[in-house]
Amino acid sequence: MTSIPSLIGVVIVSFLLTRVLPGDTATYFAGPAATPKALEEVRKQLGLDKPLPEQFLRYVADLTHGDLGNSLTTGQTVVGDITSRLPASAELTLIGLLLALLIAVPLGILAAVRQGSWIDHLCRVVATAGVSLPVFFTGLLLVYVFYFLLGWSPAPLGRLDIFFSEPPRITGFLLVDSIIARDWEVLRAALSQLILPALTLAVFSLAPIARITRASMLTALSSDFVRTARASGLKPITVTMTYAFRNAMLPVITTLGMVFSFLLGANVLVEKVFAWPGIGSYAVEALIASDFAPVQGFVLAMAILYVILNLAIDLLYGVIDPRVRVTT
Amino acid sequence: MDRRNFIKSTGAAAAAISAPAVFTSAQAQARSETLVIVSESGPNNLDVMGVGTNVPGYEASWNCYDRLITHEMRTLSDGTQYYERDKLKGELAEDFVVGPDSATFKLRKNATFHDGAPVTAKDVKWSLDRSVTVGGFPTFQMSAGSLTKPEQFVIVDDHTIRIDFLRKDKLTIPDLAVIVPAIMNSELCKKNATAADPWALEFTKQNTAGGGAYKVVRWTPGTEVVFERNETWVSGPMPKTKRIIWRIVPSAGNRRALLERGDADISFDLPNKDFAEIKASGKLAVVSTPYTSGIQYIGMNVTKPPFDNPKVRQAVAYAIPYQKIMDAVLFGLAKPMYGAAADKATEVAWPQPHKFNTDMAKAKALLTEAGFPNGFETTLSFDLGFAGVNEPLCVLVQESLAQIGIKTTINKVPGANWRTELNKKELPLFTNIFSGWLNYPEYFFYWCYHGANSVFNTSSYVSPPMDAFIEGARDAAAAGDQATYDKDVKGFVDLAFAEVPRIPLYQPYINVAMQKNVSGYQYWFHRRLDYRAFVKS
Repeated sequence: MTSIPSLIGVVIVSFLLTRVLPGDTATYFAGPAATPKALEEVRKQLGLDKPLPEQFLRYVADLTHGDLGNSLTTGQTVVGDITSRLPASAELTLIGLLLALLIAVPLGILAAVRQGSWIDHLCRVVATAGVSLPVFFTGLLLVYVFYFLLGWSPAPLGRLDIFFSEPPRITGFLLVDSIIARDWEVLRAALSQLILPALTLAVFSLAPIARITRASMLTALSSDFVRTARASGLKPITVTMTYAFRNAMLPVITTLGMVFSFLLGANVLVEKVFAWPGIGSYAVEALIASDFAPVQGFVLAMAILYVILNLAIDLLYGVIDPRVRVTT
Repeated sequence: MDRRNFIKSTGAAAAAISAPAVFTSAQAQARSETLVIVSESGPNNLDVMGVGTNVPGYEASWNCYDRLITHEMRTLSDGTQYYERDKLKGELAEDFVVGPDSATFKLRKNATFHDGAPVTAKDVKWSLDRSVTVGGFPTFQMSAGSLTKPEQFVIVDDHTIRIDFLRKDKLTIPDLAVIVPAIMNSELCKKNATAADPWALEFTKQNTAGGGAYKVVRWTPGTEVVFERNETWVSGPMPKTKRIIWRIVPSAGNRRALLERGDADISFDLPNKDFAEIKASGKLAVVSTPYTSGIQYIGMNVTKPPFDNPKVRQAVAYAIPYQKIMDAVLFGLAKPMYGAAADKATEVAWPQPHKFNTDMAKAKALLTEAGFPNGFETTLSFDLGFAGVNEPLCVLVQESLAQIGIKTTINKVPGANWRTELNKKELPLFTNIFSGWLNYPEYFFYWCYHGANSVFNTSSYVSPPMDAFIEGARDAAAAGDQATYDKDVKGFVDLAFAEVPRIPLYQPYINVAMQKNVSGYQYWFHRRLDYRAFVKS
C-alpha cells in the first residue's frame, strides 16, 4: 500500500524529466529533409503540439488502459516491447546473479571463518577486481578470449544463434520455454549464448555480495550464541552454517535485492556488447532518439519491479528470521 | 525409479544437452543459402512512406518493393558495381516512353505481388497518390521531381499508366527511381486501412505489401530482420541468395570479430580504423566507394561576426589541417576535397576539390587583414551521433585554429538534438555532412547554398548572384541548353569557393567488408545494400 504514492510520483517525475530533456522528437523523426511544414505535421501526428498538462492527462488516461504509447525507434507499442525484452534482461540477470551467489557466498563464508588466511585475501582481491573492472571491458575481454581467440563460445549475437528458431513463447525465458517444448538443442544453444554475458554480470555483482557475506558472517561468528554453540561442543560445520550463516543471511538478502534491481537496469553495457535484446539497451536507444514513451515505460516498469522485489524480500525476511514476523 | 533406469535417463539427457556444436546438415545447407549481414542499427518501419522511417528502414523497402524504373549498373575500373545516374531501365515497367509533357509506362503483364495478386495500373496509381499525399519526407522527396498532385498519375488501361508533368524538370524521371515511389499492393493495403489511417501506414509499418524480390518473413525490432526470396519475381534476374538474415550488433568490435571469424558475411558500418586494418590484413574483401554528392565540411554562420567577413572564412580555410584529418581521422578512407592545383580550371562537376590547402602564414595574414590580428573566441560544434569521426576531426581543427589565434571551445551536441540546433541556424562554427540522393550539382547547391535557406544551408548563406547561377543551371538543364548549364555550374562552384561559407573537407567513403566468397556488391545512390545481386559461393 505504501508503494502506491511512490508509483504515482514515478509517473509524474518520469513524464516531466523526459520533457525537459534537450532534443526535439519531431525534428529527429521528420527525417533529414524536413521542411518546417513537414515538421509541424509530424509534431501534430505525435501529439506534441498540445500543452504539457493536456499531454500529461492523455498519458495518464492511456496508462489506466495499460497503454504506454508507441516507441518511435522500434515502431512497436511500448507494452509489446517491454514484455518481449524484459524476460531477456531478467533471464540474463538471474543467471548472472546465481553465478555470482554460487561464487560469492562460499567465498565470503570461508573468508570470515578463516579470517586473515589466503582465502580471505583472495576474497578481497576478487571483490576489488570485480568492482573496478568496467563491465564492457570484462565483456569484450571474454568475447575476445573465448569467442575470437579460442572459438569455444558461440558468436555474441544475442539470445540464440542465427540458425536456431525460438521455441513457442510461454514465459519469454528461453531456458524455461525450451524445456517446456522439450527442445534440447535450443536449450543448449540458449545456454551457450548465455554463459559469457552472465559471467560478465557475475564478475561485476560478486563484490558487494562477497563483502556483505564476509562482514555479516564476522559479526555473527563473534556473537554470544555462536560462542555458546561452540562451547556446547557442536560440530564446527553446524555452528557455521546453521547458527552463524542463517543469522548472517538477512543483510545478504537485502544486498541481493538491491544488486538485482540495479543490475536489471544497469546491464546496458553487457547488453550492448553481446547484442542482447534486453530492456536496458532499449531504454538507452530510446533516450538517444529522445523518444519519450519507451523511456517513461522503462522507468515505470523498473519502479513496479522494484516495489515487487522489495515486497518479496520483506516476505522472505519472515521466512528466514521468525523474529521479524513477531515484531511486525 | 531404480538405479539402472536413473542412470539411463540422466545419461540420455546429458548426451542430448552436450550434443557437439556442429550444425546439422539442414543447418549447413541453410548456411550456404543464407547471407548474414550485421550492422549497428535496424529499421523502425518497413515502409519508406511511414512516419519517421529511419535509414535502415529504407533498405528494407528497397529490397521488398519494386519501382516503375531503376538505374542500370556499370563496372568501375576497380571492379566495383556502380549505378548509372543517367541510364534508367524498366523495373515493374517493361517499357516506358518519355514525351515532352508526360511519360507512359507499360507494366509487366506477368508481375504479381507477394500474395499472388497481379500488379495493375490501379496499384501504381494508388501507390504514387499515396507518396504525394502522406506528407513528411516521402511527399517532400517526390516534390523534388515536381511530382506533387494525384491528378498527375493517369490510368490508361490495366497495364499502362501515364504520368503528366507539371513543368519541365530534369529530376522528374530520376525521382521515380528513388526509394520512395515503391509500388504497393493497393487491395491488400485498403483491406488493412482504417478511417484514421486511410493509407494503411500502420499495416505497412509491420508488413511488406509489395511484389519486390524479397519479403520480410520475421522482424524483431532492434534484433533482426529475416528476408526470404520471392520465387515469383519477374522484374529482374532471379536473386541468387535465398535468405538474408540481418542482425543488429551494436558493438563495432563484435561486428569485426564476427566477420573475421566467418560468422557474418557482410558488415558495412565499421569504423574507419577497423576498415583500414581489415583492408591491410587481406583476410576479407573490402570495397570502398566515395558517397556520391556527399561532403563533410566545416560550416560558418555568415550572418554574424566574425564569420560574416569572407576574409575570416578564407583564413579558416587556410588553417584547416586537411592532410592530418585524412591520415589520423579517416585512415585515408576518403576522397580529398582540397588542395587542387592553383592553375586548375573549374570543372562542370560536383563535388570537386577547392584550391585551399594548409598554409598558416597565409591564414594569419588574412586574419590580420580582416581586422583580427589577435584572433577571437568562438565555439566549434559537432554531432555526437557521429563522434567517431567528428570528435578527433574537431580536436585537430581546434588545435590548428589556435595557432592563428582563434580560440575555440568544442561543443558536443547529442544526436537527437543536432538537427534542432542546425535548424536554429545559430551555431557559429561547426562540422557537418550533407549528401543528396539525386546526384546533380544544381540539386546539391539548391539545398546548401541557395537563398531559399533550407535546413541544409547551415551557413545561412544568401547571395543573389549565387541564386541566379543555381536557377540558371536548373532552367538550362530542363531546356537542354548545355552551354548555359556549363557556364552556370562553373559560376556557382567558383563563387562557392571564393566566398567559402562552408569549407569542403572530403568525400567520405562507404566501406563494405565481406567474406571472400561473397560477391555482387552494388553501390547505389541511397548507399544501402541491394540484396538482389549478392552471390555467395
